[in-house]
Amino acid sequence: MSDMNQAMVQKYRSNFLKEVEANVEEGTWVKMCMQCGVCSGSCPLGPHWEHPQQELFMMIRAGKREEVLSSSSMWMCTSCYNCIARCPRGLPITHIMHGLASYAKRLGLAPKNQPTSKFGDIFWDSIAKNGRVNELKIGVSLYFMNGFSQGIKNALASRELGMAMMKTKRMSPTEYFGGHKCKDLSGIAKMLKKAKEFEAEHITKFGE
Amino acid sequence: MADMKIGAYICQGCGIGDRVDTAQLASVAKREGKAAIAKEHEFLCNAEGVKMIQDDIANEGVNHVVIAACSRRAKTEAFSFDGVCISRANLREGVIWVRPDTDEARETTQEMADDYVRMACAETKYQKMPEASGEQGLTRHLLIVGGGISGMTAALEAAKTGYKVDLVEKTGKLGGVAAEMFKKYPDKAPYNVLADNTTSAMIEAVNANGNITVHLNTSVTKTEGAPGRFTVSLATESGASKDVVVGAIIQATGFTQYDMGKLPELGGGKSPDVMDQLAFEKMVKANGGAIKKADGSEAKNVVFVQCAGQRSEQPGHLPYCSGHCCMTSIKQARYVKEAGGDATVIFDDLRTPGADGEDVYRGGQEAGVAFSKGKVSSVEAAGKGLKVNYTDKILAEDSTIDADIVVLATGMVPNSGPNPYVKLDLEMAEKDGNADLVAKLKAEVEKAPPSILNLMYRQGTDVPHLKHGFTDSHFICFPYETRRTGIYTAGPVRRPMDAHQAIEDATGATLKAIQACENAAIGRAAHPRSGDLSFPSFRKEGCTQCKRCTVECPFGAINEDEKGYPQYNEARCRRCGTCMGACPVRVISFENYSVETVGQQLKAVDMPDEFSEKPRLLVLACENDAYPALDMAGMTRQEYSAFARIIPVRCLGSVNTIWITDALNSGYDGVMLMGCQKGDNYQCHFVKGSEIAHIRMSKIDDTLTQLNLEKERVQTYEVSIADIQRIPQIINDMEKLIGEIGMSPFKF
Repeated sequence: MSDMNQAMVQKYRSNFLKEVEANVEEGTWVKMCMQCGVCSGSCPLGPHWEHPQQELFMMIRAGKREEVLSSSSMWMCTSCYNCIARCPRGLPITHIMHGLASYAKRLGLAPKNQPTSKFGDIFWDSIAKNGRVNELKIGVSLYFMNGFSQGIKNALASRELGMAMMKTKRMSPTEYFGGHKCKDLSGIAKMLKKAKEFEAEHITKFGE
Repeated sequence: MADMKIGAYICQGCGIGDRVDTAQLASVAKREGKAAIAKEHEFLCNAEGVKMIQDDIANEGVNHVVIAACSRRAKTEAFSFDGVCISRANLREGVIWVRPDTDEARETTQEMADDYVRMACAETKYQKMPEASGEQGLTRHLLIVGGGISGMTAALEAAKTGYKVDLVEKTGKLGGVAAEMFKKYPDKAPYNVLADNTTSAMIEAVNANGNITVHLNTSVTKTEGAPGRFTVSLATESGASKDVVVGAIIQATGFTQYDMGKLPELGGGKSPDVMDQLAFEKMVKANGGAIKKADGSEAKNVVFVQCAGQRSEQPGHLPYCSGHCCMTSIKQARYVKEAGGDATVIFDDLRTPGADGEDVYRGGQEAGVAFSKGKVSSVEAAGKGLKVNYTDKILAEDSTIDADIVVLATGMVPNSGPNPYVKLDLEMAEKDGNADLVAKLKAEVEKAPPSILNLMYRQGTDVPHLKHGFTDSHFICFPYETRRTGIYTAGPVRRPMDAHQAIEDATGATLKAIQACENAAIGRAAHPRSGDLSFPSFRKEGCTQCKRCTVECPFGAINEDEKGYPQYNEARCRRCGTCMGACPVRVISFENYSVETVGQQLKAVDMPDEFSEKPRLLVLACENDAYPALDMAGMTRQEYSAFARIIPVRCLGSVNTIWITDALNSGYDGVMLMGCQKGDNYQCHFVKGSEIAHIRMSKIDDTLTQLNLEKERVQTYEVSIADIQRIPQIINDMEKLIGEIGMSPFKF
C-alpha cells in the first residue's frame, strides 16, 4: 500500500463518499445519482464493465473503497459521452470515471495489467520524452506489452501491413533507433514541468 | 301537458338525404308515429332549420319534437328547445355511417331508418316534461367535519364565496396533523429548501372569519335529509347539543398513522428510538430542531425506512402507497443534516410525485442525505444504538447500517366511518342463512370504527368505502363524488395524499359541495347526469313494499317509511334508474324515462316474418360508454348489422326485465345488453348499475326456458368507451349466431 493510500485511509476512515468528494474530479456529483441506471444502459461498452457506472456510484456510497479503486471498470470508458448526454440528473459521468481512474492511479491501486492504463503509460512516456509520438516505438511496445512470444506473434500477424507501410514510406525502421524529435525539446520539458506543478496545486486545492 | 302534438323533423344533411328516402320517413312519422307535422329539411341544425322547428313550437302548438338527424349526443345545443319533449332518431351515426353505400344494402338501410323514426315517435309519446319536485330550497350553508388542513381549507374557500360554514372538530383544537409539523416542504419554487409551517396562520384566519362557526370537542350525532336540506345534530363533549340545517356536507376526517406496533421485526414498539414519521416530527418540533434520542442524548445517525408495512401483500399490512412518505422522509432527513447529523433513506422506489417533488428529492441529495435502494429486513438493538439490516438492491447483497434513531414510514389509514355495505351484506347473509359469510361479516362489523356522520339512511350511517377504507367513488371519472350525493370527502380520508394535495382536494370538494346546494335548489342532478331535472316517482297503489328499490339504489337515495313504501329524496338521486329496473311491478318511472318510453320503442319496430331472413336484434346500450362507442363506430365507419336496433339506456341498472320479455314476445331474435365494467375495478358511472344488471340477467334463463327459446338469444356484455371496433364485432357475431340457431318463432 502506497503512503498516500495509507494516509487517505487514515484521513477518511470509513467515509469513502467524502474521500471521493474531496479527491476525485467532479466527485461532489456522486451523491446526486438517483440510481436510475440510464448511464449503465447507455454505455456502448456496458456489458464489459466489471461494475457499471450506476453500481460504482452505489458502491462509493456504500463505502466499498478497495473494490471501487482497484476496479478495471472506469478504465473501460472511451469518452463517448453518451452517459453525460442522457443522465437526467446532469451528472458529468465521463469526467467522474476519468477522475476515479486518475485517483486510483495516484494511490497505486489501479489494476496492474489493464490495457487502457498501460497504453496511457506508453503513450505518455513517448510524448514526454520526444515531444511527439513515435508511432513505431508505441506500436512495438504495445505488441510486446504481454510478453516476448506474444509480441512476436502480434508482429507476424501484422507483417503484411508493416511491409506495405515500409514500401510506401509510411514507416521507417530507422525510427526505432532514436527517431526524430520536436524542435524545442527543452521547451516541451519546461512546459510539462509547469503543467505538473499546476496539477499538484489543483489536487491539493481539490483535496481541501 | 294538455294535448300532445308531435312534430317530426327529418334532416337530409350529412348525406342522409342521399342515402335514405326522407319522404318515406316523413310519411312513416305521420302514419305510424302519429306525428301531426312531419317536415324534411336539407340542413336541420342550421339557423333556418332550427327556426322552422321553433316556429312550429310557437305557432302550431308542437310540444313533442322528434328530430331524425344525427345522434342524440351531437348538436345538442342547436336542438335544445325549452318546454317541449325531445326525442332523437339517430340516422347519421346509427344508420348511414354504419352501413355500406351499395345498392344491395339500400333496402335494409331504409328499414333501419324507418324503424328509428318509429321508435323516436313512440318514445316521445310517453315522455312528459320533467319538473323539479321543489322539496328543497336554496341553503347556502355547509357542514364541514374535521378541522385539519383539509377541513380548514374547505371552510375558508366556502366562506370566501359567501357561504356560511359550521366546522366541527372532534378534538379541542384546530390544525390536525398539519399543526404538528416542524417545517414543511414548500408549496412554491424554490422547492429544494424547507419552508416554515403556516398552519397557525390558517387557524387564526378560520377563527377570525365571520362566516365560519367553529365547534370544538364536537361530533355529529345525527344527519337527516338530502342535499339542500340536511338537518345535522351536533353534540359537544360536555353534553350540549345543537341542530343545524345545511345544504351539503364535507367530510375531511383525515388519517391515522398505521400502527407500527404491528411491525415488531422493524423494531416498532420495541425501542423508544424506533418511531413513526409523526412521532419524529413531534420530537424535532419539541426540541426546536435538535434531534434527540429518548434518553435525551443527541442522535448523530438517523435511518429512514420507507414502505414500512405498506406496499406489502403481507396480511395486516397496507397494500397501497401512501404517496407522501418519501417526500416526508426527505424533509425529515434534512432536519438531521441541518442539526449536523447523518441521515440515510432506505427506499424501494423513491416516489416524489410532481415536478416539485423531484426538486425536493434533489434538495435532499444536495444537502447530503444518503439514499440507498434496498429492503430492510430487521431493526435490532445494538449496544446503546440500533442496527438496521437490509438488502442493497443495487449491489444485490446484505448490508447493515448503525443508527441512533430509526424512523418508519408507516403510511396512512383513513379515518372513515364504518362501511355501510358490510352491515347490509350481513343482513342479507343472515336472511340467506349463509353461516360462513355471517361469521366473517360479523367480525368485520365488530371491528368497524364508530360512525362519523350517523346518516339516517336506509343504506347505513356513513359514506361507502371504495378500497382499503378510502371513501372515494371513482378515482378517474368522477373525483370528489362519493356514493352519497351532497356529501363530499376531502383529504386523506378520500385517498392518501400530502398537505398540498389536501388543500387542492378540499378546494375542489368545496366547489362540488356548493354546486350540490345550488343544484338541489332547482332540482338538478349531480354527475354524471348533470343538470337532469327528471327524478323517479312511484305509483303507490301498485307498490308491493318489496324494498328492492331501496336496497339496490347505488346511492342510498331511497328511504322507507314506516309501512315500507319507498321515500324518494330527489336531491340524493343521481337519476340512473336502477330502482326502475329493479321494480318487479314496474311502478317506478321518470317523467321522460320509463318502462313505457323504452318498452314502446322496442314494440314500435317493424317485425318482418320468420321466413324473411331479416332477424331483429335489440341492443340496449348504456348511454355513458356503450352508446358513445357505437357513435364513434359510426364516425370511423365501422359497419355493423342492419338488423340491430339500438336503444340507449341511462344505465344498464335501469333495464327492467319486462323489456327483455316483451322483446322476446314480440319476435326479436336476439337481445344484447351493453354496460360498463363491473366489479372491484368498475367503470359503471352509477357504481353498481352494471353489476346489478348482470345479476338480474343471470336469472333471465327461466323466462327463456318458459318461452322455449335458446339461452344464447339474450347476452350481457361489459364494454368500454374504447371498444369502437369490438362492439360492432359483437353485434355482427350475434347476427351470425342467430343465423345458426335460427329465427325466433314469436313473430306475429
